[in-house]
Amino acid sequence: MASPARLELTGITKRFPGVLANDNVGFSVKPGEIHALLGENGAGKSTLVKMIYGIMQPDAGEIRWDGQRISVPNPKVARKLGIGMVFQHFSLFEAMTVLENIALGMDAKIPARELESRILAVMGQYGLKLEPHRIVSTLSVGERQRIEIVRALLLNPKLLIMDEPTSVLTPQEVEQLFAVLRKLAEEGCSILYISHKLHEIKALCDTATILRGGQLVDTCDPAVETSRSMAEKMIGGSLKDISRVAGREFGATKLAVKALSLAADGPFGTALSDISFNVRAGEIFGVAGVAGNGQNALLLALSGEATNADPASVTVDGVAVGHMQARARRGHGMGSVPEERNGHAAVPIFTLADNAVLTARDRLGMVRAGLIDAKAARTYAGEVIEAFSVKATGPGAMAESLSGGNLQKYIMGREILQKPQVLIVSQPTWGVDAGAAAAIHQALVDLAATGSAIVVISQDLDELLSLCDTMAVINGGRLSRPMAVADAKIDEIGLLMGGIHGDVAHAH
Amino acid sequence: MRIKLEKRREPSMAMLVTTPIASVLLTMLIGIVVFDLIGIDGFKAVVDIFLSPLLVSYKWQDVAVKAAPLIIIALGLSMGNRAQVWNIGAEGQYVIGALCSAGVGIAFGQTGGFFVVLLMIAAGVAGGGLWAAVPAWLRTKFNVNEILSSLMLTYVSFQVLGYLVGGPWKDPNGRNFPATAPLADSQTLPVWPDSTVHLGVLIALILPFVFWVIMARSEFGYQVRVVGSSTTAARHGGFDSKRTIWATLIIGGAMAGLAGAFEFVGVLHKMDLGFPSGYGFTAIIVAFLGRLNPFGCLIAGIVLAVTYVGGQMAQTSVHIPNSTAGIFQAMMLFFILASDILVRYRIRLIASTKAAGV
Repeated sequence: MASPARLELTGITKRFPGVLANDNVGFSVKPGEIHALLGENGAGKSTLVKMIYGIMQPDAGEIRWDGQRISVPNPKVARKLGIGMVFQHFSLFEAMTVLENIALGMDAKIPARELESRILAVMGQYGLKLEPHRIVSTLSVGERQRIEIVRALLLNPKLLIMDEPTSVLTPQEVEQLFAVLRKLAEEGCSILYISHKLHEIKALCDTATILRGGQLVDTCDPAVETSRSMAEKMIGGSLKDISRVAGREFGATKLAVKALSLAADGPFGTALSDISFNVRAGEIFGVAGVAGNGQNALLLALSGEATNADPASVTVDGVAVGHMQARARRGHGMGSVPEERNGHAAVPIFTLADNAVLTARDRLGMVRAGLIDAKAARTYAGEVIEAFSVKATGPGAMAESLSGGNLQKYIMGREILQKPQVLIVSQPTWGVDAGAAAAIHQALVDLAATGSAIVVISQDLDELLSLCDTMAVINGGRLSRPMAVADAKIDEIGLLMGGIHGDVAHAH
Repeated sequence: MRIKLEKRREPSMAMLVTTPIASVLLTMLIGIVVFDLIGIDGFKAVVDIFLSPLLVSYKWQDVAVKAAPLIIIALGLSMGNRAQVWNIGAEGQYVIGALCSAGVGIAFGQTGGFFVVLLMIAAGVAGGGLWAAVPAWLRTKFNVNEILSSLMLTYVSFQVLGYLVGGPWKDPNGRNFPATAPLADSQTLPVWPDSTVHLGVLIALILPFVFWVIMARSEFGYQVRVVGSSTTAARHGGFDSKRTIWATLIIGGAMAGLAGAFEFVGVLHKMDLGFPSGYGFTAIIVAFLGRLNPFGCLIAGIVLAVTYVGGQMAQTSVHIPNSTAGIFQAMMLFFILASDILVRYRIRLIASTKAAGV
């Protein structure tokens, strides 16, 4: 062998109370190689990279770096070695600016002005758009992720670990990111790329290591494999396609949104302006758009977490609900799933049964004479766990103890099994593996087939194209004209997402 | 070797229960050492403060009478704390509650029977609740921190007390002392025969069950817990955070007012400048030592009452000032807050140089 591998793992084993997260895992990454790490939620990918990055220590096994046996006691040592990481869950201080957050993440103390110019240089070089003086709490998920990417790139890493980096980017942005990563790889930087999007792995990666249940299943060449064959190795079974009845007819309008406008929530929020669309029974309506263009505001305005002055701006089955709060809207058959799982859709320190009470208590009669029927909540949580194959110890499991994908399945299940007339979901499969995503998509299609109207707000265009009947693009708080997915052109959608309207916007 | 805190998968029930006990034991231990160092018999002082009131049967009634207000106030405060509402002004709500009771008593003079007692208690509850409604209004309307506003209102309440007992409500037959006229015997709370244990003590024993049902079983208790965990999740679930702030502050104030009314109608029978006794502040310690759990508050209330009574006993036996008990109470709070982290994290010792996995 000419040169040793940049990173080589052998026999890595990590045990948690009750789980074997990694069982004798080994693979190696060459300099300049883009190496995919594939696996379902709970397969042990995160644990593995946390050990490489020094957040956790392996119970057994060894890590070699450029041929040298090393131990990585903490992330600081990892960064010194040249290992950078972009996490799936961001570690950002909400009340601080982008610049301050990046400065806090640097081990060396760099004067703010110099850091800012370096940040701008990196962003310019890789085409990442970010305003250094914005407060993080006002940023969307996609923008927050860009901070993490910039933070990692500032360290000139020799190995960059990326955990689900593309889930919140537009097709154009994904292409840009891939260009960045390819450029980095050409410069000799190795990349360990965790993703569930198999076509991305085929497009980007040189090698793929597949994990299942903490064990290594295969190390393969993604160019030779098909997306399907990799997915099946990952889930250890055959993958189901979304099945739906062909030539469906839509019923009467269930959800009507008419001239919905809403002032911005805070100085960096997005105002909604003059949004109108209808969703009929059985129809799945997609809202595409780049992160931070008003998706959050739209979800809150539809679900009732933000109330609009004009009752008639949102109607469910002809009933004006625009002035109602979330609870009252649920009473009229409207359910919702916000994009943030922890602390919004679910309370992390509550059990799954207690989390069932959060949104299902009225529709399923879990409260009698002011007292909560704990048994009904447990039963319902059990049903959701069963129906959506949520990996959890049971209804008594803490929400925070579940992996992201499993919690998402639970939350989706909690809403879907209530049989809402109208369901609004945002980023339904963000950070969710292929198996779970397919299950969630199927559940949405099945719900629509029973005559519910569904709105899916997502930044994942593939998801919308495969799932929706009709879609529109949100940009700067305005919604484009709805189009049938069958007639939609990707280029046109991409342009709309980028803010090219070709109408009023140009007149100014 | 290096010490590392590692997050637990589930909060530890064992730690939840053992850390308050360990805090009390640690307080006793540190107390012995510190007192010995300054030349006082530390062991005797600690035994007197923490154990003697339990060993001497004639002190039991004192413990019970002192535990009652601590438990009642702590129940209200712990409900608020569960919603991340930090009412530090229970002492003021306690005083205002008692004053409202006294106002009713004075209005009826020596006339009227037991219904006046009920009316006085109701007035205490209402007064305490109203006093706490002020910080609730300031918080929900102007986002004023309730820690500051409720604490400052406590000092306002002392001024109100001073004005009333020294002015309009002064006992005309009281030799010009700033105090109200004592209540007629028919207008005081019933007591256990040949003791000072009044009806309020019994209620203090029953209330933890009521609060447990509310917090653990009712939709309102659920709402309080959700709002305390995440206001965003609460909004998603259709709960109004502002209404929860109002409700928990008013309930906290009402409980303090109830304790104040019991103290006035059941123990002191008159209001004077010595009425504020620090129960409202000590109840904060009770709430945390009791882990914001209603039954925990019951036990912690008794422990703190023991230190009150024991502090008085130690005054004569080892000649230390009564305020020593306050130092012990503060130490307990310090240890319980410091050990809080062990519930959600575990301590791991890690060898710093050894390569992993050999």
